[in-house]
Amino acid sequence: MKPTVSNLIDAMLKGDELSLSKLVSLLEQESEHAPEIIKAIYPHTGKSYRLGITGMPGAGKSTMVDQLVSIIRQNGLSAGVICADPSSPFTGGAILGDRIRMKRHFLDDRVFIRSMAARNSPGGLPRTTSDVIKLLDAYGKDIILIETVGAGQSDLDIMKSADTVVVVLVPEAGDTIQVIKAGLMEIADIFVVNKADHTGVEAMAEDIASFTRRKNQAPYEIPVLTTIATDNIGIDRLYEQIEKHRQFLLQSGQLNERRQQQWREEFEQLLESKVMGSVKDFVEKDAAVLDYLSQIDRGTIDPHAAMEGLINNRFMDAWLRKLSGSNNSNM
Amino acid sequence: MPDTNIKMKMVIATLGLEVHWRGAVTVARLLRDCGVEVVFIGNAYPDEIIQVAMQEGADIVGVSSLTGGHLILGSELMEVASQKGIKDNVVFVIGGIFPPGDLPKLKEAGFDGTFGPEANGEVIYTFIKKAVSLKQKELPDI
Repeated sequence: MKPTVSNLIDAMLKGDELSLSKLVSLLEQESEHAPEIIKAIYPHTGKSYRLGITGMPGAGKSTMVDQLVSIIRQNGLSAGVICADPSSPFTGGAILGDRIRMKRHFLDDRVFIRSMAARNSPGGLPRTTSDVIKLLDAYGKDIILIETVGAGQSDLDIMKSADTVVVVLVPEAGDTIQVIKAGLMEIADIFVVNKADHTGVEAMAEDIASFTRRKNQAPYEIPVLTTIATDNIGIDRLYEQIEKHRQFLLQSGQLNERRQQQWREEFEQLLESKVMGSVKDFVEKDAAVLDYLSQIDRGTIDPHAAMEGLINNRFMDAWLRKLSGSNNSNM
Repeated sequence: MPDTNIKMKMVIATLGLEVHWRGAVTVARLLRDCGVEVVFIGNAYPDEIIQVAMQEGADIVGVSSLTGGHLILGSELMEVASQKGIKDNVVFVIGGIFPPGDLPKLKEAGFDGTFGPEANGEVIYTFIKKAVSLKQKELPDI
């Protein structure tokens, strides 16, 4: 007998890992069952602590996650890991090669690892990540680690899905100019300079520290740590700092504030994508739009004037009617 | 870029202590180029491979064996798959160097397909695509 979605949800909530995995697949595929799944699990979320690990490609994120999972397990806690890797923009395929660094945890039944391809999402994480996080939360994972794709300076999605963000750099990452650039440098709650056995580590750590000194808001000071993840050096201290940050967020009330902000943004994003999706649909078939497009092609009108023309021609009315489901013939 | 949300996901491993990794890596890349999402885990034993396949929601498991471990570890892999209840809806393929006499034994053990050194990316992709759609014909109501 085939299980239904609600069978899967019940089984997952009772701790069945295979059901969890199937539900993750459904969410990842953006199945029509997704809203139903989210609705059912939402009351069970909010207990997990979400740790984001981001940084450049090759900085050592996966190795660091592997070491952190060991410490988490030594502390008797359970771990969920989501590791993201880029999708080919040409073929849509991907090589998901992060969990290969976490082999010692494969047979630990309190560790669930899921690899996800970024697909065409631009911000460092697949679009469905925050839904998958909710599943792991409902399933009962104490700590959820989210490893982004190797990020550049504008892959900032991790901010939307984590409570503590760790930014991992390596000494080769460049000089002070790199450090002061916006984006990645601004979202860190903790900085780590990994591969600390390479030359340039002190200089880089000092550059980052001088940057954070200017930024720091008491009582939380952004720490800059150095580690050699492959040799498990410095990871204990990293774990302590993560715990310190968590305590700070709890005591200051910021944990809830951040999460509320994230939920609001998630809703706005859904709204935006729904609206844009329907406009796109409409625009591709609307006669007036197509007419303006061909004028634009010929160069007889500029895009702004075309937009004005559309609005004046009651394009918005037509689109809104379509949106609310009433029958609308082409303008 | 292809705009579908339903991709094939495949776990690729080199079986046991198999030291030859180039074939597996090459196949991983070729299949990536065909649009497959490949979870590459390198050397792994049957129980690890099955555990990974379950967590990852894999449609296909592919293992590579060139130094003779295929019958023993291959059968063990299919045993574990059967015990864990995924043998019937996941496609299992094995690639490498096998004495011709062993091919029927691999099929008997439960592998859906076997590939030798002459196989290319397209051949493998076409095979697994068809095998997945046959095995998953009853798409979960779900």
